[in-house]
Amino acid sequence: MLLLIVIALFCYCTLPWSLKHYNSQHLNHALAAPSWRHWFGTDRLGRDLVARFAFGGAISLTLGFSAALISVVIGVSVGLLAGYAGGRTDALLMRAVDVLYGLPYILVVILLRVAVVGRLTNWLATIRCPDSSGVASVLVLLAGIGGVSWLTMARVIRAQVMSLRDQPFVEAARAAGLAPARIMIRHLFPNLVGVVVVYATLIVPGAILAESALSFLGLGVQPPVPTWGSLASAGEHAINPIHIRWWLIVWPCAGLSVALLCLYVVGDAVRDALDPRGR
Amino acid sequence: MITSQHSNSAADASANRQIGEPLLSVNHLSVHFPIGRTLFGSPTGVVRAVEDVSLYINGGETLGLVGESGCGKTTTGRAILRLLPEGSARISGEVNFKGVDMYRMSQRQLRPLRRHLQIIFQDPAGSLNPRMNIGDMIAEPMVVHGLADKREAPNVAGELLERVGLPAAAAGRYPHEFSGGQRQRIGIARALALKPDLIVCDEPVSALDVSIQAQILNLLEDLQSELGLAYLFIAHNLAVVEHFSDRIAVMYLGRIVETAPSKELCRNPRHPYTQALLSAVPKPEPRKLDRRIVLAGEVPSPAKPPSGCAFHPRCPLATERCKQQMPPLEPKQGGPGHLAACWETK
Repeated sequence: MLLLIVIALFCYCTLPWSLKHYNSQHLNHALAAPSWRHWFGTDRLGRDLVARFAFGGAISLTLGFSAALISVVIGVSVGLLAGYAGGRTDALLMRAVDVLYGLPYILVVILLRVAVVGRLTNWLATIRCPDSSGVASVLVLLAGIGGVSWLTMARVIRAQVMSLRDQPFVEAARAAGLAPARIMIRHLFPNLVGVVVVYATLIVPGAILAESALSFLGLGVQPPVPTWGSLASAGEHAINPIHIRWWLIVWPCAGLSVALLCLYVVGDAVRDALDPRGR
Repeated sequence: MITSQHSNSAADASANRQIGEPLLSVNHLSVHFPIGRTLFGSPTGVVRAVEDVSLYINGGETLGLVGESGCGKTTTGRAILRLLPEGSARISGEVNFKGVDMYRMSQRQLRPLRRHLQIIFQDPAGSLNPRMNIGDMIAEPMVVHGLADKREAPNVAGELLERVGLPAAAAGRYPHEFSGGQRQRIGIARALALKPDLIVCDEPVSALDVSIQAQILNLLEDLQSELGLAYLFIAHNLAVVEHFSDRIAVMYLGRIVETAPSKELCRNPRHPYTQALLSAVPKPEPRKLDRRIVLAGEVPSPAKPPSGCAFHPRCPLATERCKQQMPPLEPKQGGPGHLAACWETK
């Protein structure tokens, strides 16, 4: 738990510094092993890996958490509505989910990119956003990943709601004349928190990995901007039988796995803290 | 153990019927659940959970609804409260509560009326939201219906908890901290919070220990005489219902087969099914025991009810006529208000 906060704080607090240095190249220090000057070593262009790790981490974590947030908000609302209302509403919403499931998300991202990025860049430029094309591509990536990851959430929530819907306490709430919205928010949602939290912690790593896959295909965050995923995939090439430059791959992978591990632990803790039975 | 202060008022209750409109009257209620789906969505069969049920309850009166598991008594209770999923159940007939047909209004219009019609569940654990503390659970409906504002509601909830025999301090706790009997008391407090006229008690004691059963039944009786509540008391245990109810209706396979004031029904059962049920009631003096009528066979499926009288495959008196024609629910010998559906008894 603390580790996650430390990593996140490190990534975000050093942003002003890492933003300046993540792309400064010192070719005569290329591929240097970790030392006092470069704690994490340098890559083949002599860029300091501490800066790249921190900046990449900030991007990866932001993407992961935003995707989880999007999927929680949309997925829970759709799942609750479909599961509780049942009948035609349910059929309509779930068929929509099925259709979206059918689209491969890479295709979704490509289409979104083609359709939106240009306009979004222009719009961001008009509101004087720095690095408008970079921000636009991250936003589109987020929309693509978030737009896909809520689908499973919606299904999971719907199934859960359907099993809760026939519980006597929901009937009691209906018999008490409470409005459906109130029943969903006050009576059903608190009983879903466990599932939501666990599932959200699963979406964060999924989104981070999806981002690295998309970046690898040139659809995600573009170099030289780093992410943990792209750092790791770049580091992969640096491992060969002649020169094992372990520092290229160890740091981003360690960051990723420690962050994810902590996330699961935090997720469990949050779930338990919200359950009155555990108190 | 169980006081039977109401058994004498049975005659008054039937007299009341002539005077005013009953609090609740159910006319020809049927609930069918389509089962199975063909490729095009048309059902392959129908479960007739409730078939042509009519009953009435006067203010302050208790009607016991008895029958085996799966005979449709719980579904009847749910249908009266309009709690059944309307997408999957086909419901016909009328449920007149306080002179309004519950099925002629939208769910939204129904909400203010629900205050007067509450329910106590069989499963005391499942009927309480595990994530909500007791106080909120009782206070919330009061606030929604404007019976108390947000500030006073917790106090009223505390008073209600004390009324059902729990400390007011229990309001801050969660359902898992209570035993079965205590949870049932909480369920009762929640139902009382809305100052209802009628409470549907859906097997309120069958999940509890015998000693706790008596406590809960006594509590329900005290509340009835204090607040003038009417109960629809659903149970499978005729012994419990006999002491508790003014009138009893016996259900078999979705239909009411006999109804009478409770003393009359127990002393003079006209339907062979009621006779069998009564003979199954444990007696305090086993030596005086009459011959126990043990029914052969099992309850038929309500998806494929037998022809004629639904009881004929298990009935000791069944004749050829019973297999072909459905007997109507008609007055029988005995006291007033004694009706049974049987060809063979008078």
